[in-house]
Amino acid sequence: MSAMLILIGFSLSVAIIFLIAFLWAVKSGQYKDRYTPSIRMLFDDKKNNDTNSNNHININRSNQ
Amino acid sequence: MPSNTIATTEKAICYHCGLECPTDDIRINDKFFCCNGCKTVYEMLDSNDLCNYYSLEETPGISKLNEVKRNFDFLDDSDLKNKLIDFTDGKVTTITFDIPQMHCSSCVWILENLYKFNKGITFSEVDFLKKTLSVKFIEEKTSLQKIVELLDSLGYLPNFNLDEKKEDKVKEEYKKLYYKIGIAGFSFGNVMLLSFPDYLSFTDKVTMEMQNTFNWISIFLSLPVFLYSASEYYISAFKGLKNKIVNIDVPITLGIFVLFFRSLYEIFVIGSVGYLDSMTALVFLLLTGKIFQNKTYEAMNFERNYKSYFPIAVSIMKEGKETTIPVDKLEVGQRIVVKNNELIPADSILISERANIDYSFVTGESQPVEVINGEMIYAGGKEIGEAIEVETVKEVSQSYLTQLWNSKAFDKKYESKIDTTVNFVSKYFTAIILTIASSAFIYWVSTDLKLAFNAFTAVLIIACPCALALSTPFTLGNTQRIFGRNKFYVKNTTVIEKLSNITSIVFDKTGTITETAKANIQFVGNEISLEEQSMIKTLVRNSSHPLSLRIASLLRLGSKQKLDSYEEVSGQGIQGLINNRIVKIGSHSFTSGTLYKSNNSDTSTKVHISIDDRQLGYYQIKNVYRGGLKKIVDSLKEKYKLFILSGDNAGEKDNLLEFFPDADHLYFNQSPHDKLNFIENLNKKEKILMIGDGLNDAGALVKSDVGISISEDINNFSPACDGILDAKSFKYLKDFIRFSITSKKIIITSFIISFIYNLVGISFAIQGTLSPVISAILMPISSISIVVFTTVSTNMIAKKRGFL
Repeated sequence: MSAMLILIGFSLSVAIIFLIAFLWAVKSGQYKDRYTPSIRMLFDDKKNNDTNSNNHININRSNQ
Repeated sequence: MPSNTIATTEKAICYHCGLECPTDDIRINDKFFCCNGCKTVYEMLDSNDLCNYYSLEETPGISKLNEVKRNFDFLDDSDLKNKLIDFTDGKVTTITFDIPQMHCSSCVWILENLYKFNKGITFSEVDFLKKTLSVKFIEEKTSLQKIVELLDSLGYLPNFNLDEKKEDKVKEEYKKLYYKIGIAGFSFGNVMLLSFPDYLSFTDKVTMEMQNTFNWISIFLSLPVFLYSASEYYISAFKGLKNKIVNIDVPITLGIFVLFFRSLYEIFVIGSVGYLDSMTALVFLLLTGKIFQNKTYEAMNFERNYKSYFPIAVSIMKEGKETTIPVDKLEVGQRIVVKNNELIPADSILISERANIDYSFVTGESQPVEVINGEMIYAGGKEIGEAIEVETVKEVSQSYLTQLWNSKAFDKKYESKIDTTVNFVSKYFTAIILTIASSAFIYWVSTDLKLAFNAFTAVLIIACPCALALSTPFTLGNTQRIFGRNKFYVKNTTVIEKLSNITSIVFDKTGTITETAKANIQFVGNEISLEEQSMIKTLVRNSSHPLSLRIASLLRLGSKQKLDSYEEVSGQGIQGLINNRIVKIGSHSFTSGTLYKSNNSDTSTKVHISIDDRQLGYYQIKNVYRGGLKKIVDSLKEKYKLFILSGDNAGEKDNLLEFFPDADHLYFNQSPHDKLNFIENLNKKEKILMIGDGLNDAGALVKSDVGISISEDINNFSPACDGILDAKSFKYLKDFIRFSITSKKIIITSFIISFIYNLVGISFAIQGTLSPVISAILMPISSISIVVFTTVSTNMIAKKRGFL
């Protein structure tokens, strides 16, 4: 049964890593704005964008 | 006003802002623009290779059609600059702008690409919901003034406000809640996992040594929950008790403490498992409720004071050149220039010939007042028409308008009075629970001290009002979201509860039950031709009378006609000769030459028009009441006492009586102070909902139980209030109130459900037979069923009533 204790040790340390990751994410402000990044990720960074104008992104003004 | 709109043909649409182009003259290749301003912005973007702006979204731009040239010299003032910026180390400066014009993904894109226009900008980031833009720039390469000029030239003029630097505090608050819930969730999951053998009665297979390890880990994991995550409940309970209020956090704190210390006792003294899983679950669920309730509308501001209405800078003439200075630096006796639609920042004397001042902001009076040279203009008035020059006679902070803010209503925090249902219930709940627990203790104490102790603590554990505490945040949080979807934004969830308790409703008149200025004027009479319209416009353009300005703004076509003679008859009207035709505009007797038989029932203002002695009809300027007002008033008048407080004179009284039943409840000529005092007196016996719109209602809104400000544009300024109602949703007012009452009923129902759970739990507890397993099952089940019940029932009722 002592294998269980080792497993619990492992699972706890994994959980703690996730907890720390979460706390870090909060601290670095990732939860501050939960909307704008969803717009930002759709922008292309290409230089010449006039050609792909069929890439319309429509964002309904959020009805929060 | 269908008769005087111009027939439109197929016209090109501005490539930048999407408005119709009046001419086809302004163009670049196949792209048309409505004005040169829009074209300039396009050229700017084009030359910086930023035309992606137009491919993200069609016609994303902000129209430059009515653009005025602004002067930002005041941003050079270092005192003012220090107030505006977030941080600077002398080289790199960070500033956050408020940009209400932001509306689509193209806006986000262009604002985050600002560095391509100005090499001094190193970083720019948008928060779309808050409508803010954070910019970092290098002081050596650029200046604040240049950045603002750039933003303005793109159409994104920032909204400067000295009064809103409270954001840092809010930021920390949200972080704390996330930390707490993260830790609680982590501990809850792991402690529960370790308790599993106990749930499944595998205890015989778990050795004593292992159980011991599990217990130690559980204690270690639940310590941060007990000490940190749950701390705000202890603080709130302590604060409540100090003010002799037994709020809901008192039984919660009691429950958490008993859970924790009894667990320690069980583990160390008895050598069995504790209730640590229940404790961590409880804290986790409670905090979830808090997150759900903490919905805020970030782009809106519910706590403005007069400073946010005032311009941050004023224009002055210096060495023959116009420049701007911060309003703080304005001295008595200084001459300032006030342009069309600008606010007068301090009480002053008019230097120019004449001015039209709109005091609707301050007094609620809807008609502009004509002021002539040498007369006083009070702070808060708005100039309509040509730019004027005035000389200040008082400091900004000493003016009549700002004195309203010296009222006591603005000093104290008016939310100290906690009379929510949950606190009312918890007072009795705590007493009953303590009675039951003590009775159980007394009952057992003579036979078995250990059992007596067990029963006492078990009652406190099982009765811990988790479900009770969750029902309010989930019901009201959900209601708040439903209201928000229907364009009624409330500051916090307590407002909904207060709204369900009101007994009287007080309306402001102008802007609240009437529509705003533009819709108030309409032409009554035969159809007038375009040529005649143009003649009227030519004539009224020569007069600065407020009514002339109204008519001029209604007729949108150009006035290219030549005016051969012009005469203004004071108090009567104006006349002129255009194309050898005599055009008269004014009172009926003036235009027709006959005496006008006044019709008493009609109190609206009329401006008659005649051309060559032929009566064409008249422009009627009257209050246009909001659509559906009659229906709303009819549905409300049985249940609530309705009042009108108007800054205007009693001219509309007869019209109002068609809507409102009681003539004694209509009050006219009310100054902001009168309104405040009225609410204060009424508050002694009634619970008041006040609905207003302007600065003149600010005091009354704060003083009433629920103050709602109505707004045509929710991103605009609105006075301090508990909720902002979009004017389009005004017709649902009754439904909002009704739904708030329904929400309260749902809360009460869920209280009853949670009491039933408690009865079941307590029947175990008083016998001293509560095992950790029952506790661990009963607590989450009761809480989760309450959460499901409240959210599902609010959503279902909302759907049935057409809210969703």
